[in-house]
Amino acid sequence: MTETAAAVMRSQIVVEAPIERAFSVFTERFGDFKPPEHNLLGAAIAETVFEPRVGGHIYDRAVDGSECRWARVLVFEPPHRVVFSWDITPQWQIETEPDNTSEVEVRFVAETPGRTRLELEHRNIDRHGPGWQALADGVAGEGGWPLYLTRFAALFNEVS
Amino acid sequence: MVTYPRADALGAVGDPTRRAILACLAERPRAVGELANELPISRPAVSQHLKVLKAADLVSDRAAGTRRIYRLNPIGVSALRDQLEMFWSRALAGYKDVVEQPTKERS
Repeated sequence: MTETAAAVMRSQIVVEAPIERAFSVFTERFGDFKPPEHNLLGAAIAETVFEPRVGGHIYDRAVDGSECRWARVLVFEPPHRVVFSWDITPQWQIETEPDNTSEVEVRFVAETPGRTRLELEHRNIDRHGPGWQALADGVAGEGGWPLYLTRFAALFNEVS
Repeated sequence: MVTYPRADALGAVGDPTRRAILACLAERPRAVGELANELPISRPAVSQHLKVLKAADLVSDRAAGTRRIYRLNPIGVSALRDQLEMFWSRALAGYKDVVEQPTKERS
């Protein structure tokens, strides 16, 4: 297991839809399929907005009007490709330092006129690594274990 | 999907000395001798603790000449990767449902 392998996550799915629809649903209705418990806002999410342009953001808007911008759109090439940054820390907070963010590339490939394969690559995950620095602070401080390890522990608490 | 070694992780970090070792390695990778110099324990004791941490997948080591350099394992990265994998697999399953809906009707 190399670091590089650990720092990339790939997934894909085939959907029965033309490529144009596959692309537009992904970018326009992201909020409809995003797992709801992954919410960085204090309040319930009213909608997730995917600004369809390079330099735009993906953000959640809460019912109370507050917003949370958690991604920057880096590439927007309908209907084939979109790349955005992942400005979310391992503690599921907004990461403000771009060097510590990872990147998501989504490619759409037409298998037939009515069938599209979506290939997703979430890469540079190790750039979030400085979260480990919190370990040093957490050990020194009285606050107990840093969130990183709490989150880490939660991963296997479910099964043990 | 969850592997056994990680289940040892909490036990491994339950020990104050091992936490001190992890804290040292969080600053930068170090050889056993360096760790022994910085901590109030003997070199064999450091090695023993490193063995536990390594078994729990919390540190990894590599040879550098005659020394072994220890560092925090990218398991932290792996844990995050697992989280993201869960996020995306659920998101893509939801995406498939939405994209394959014949009309705009939503439940």
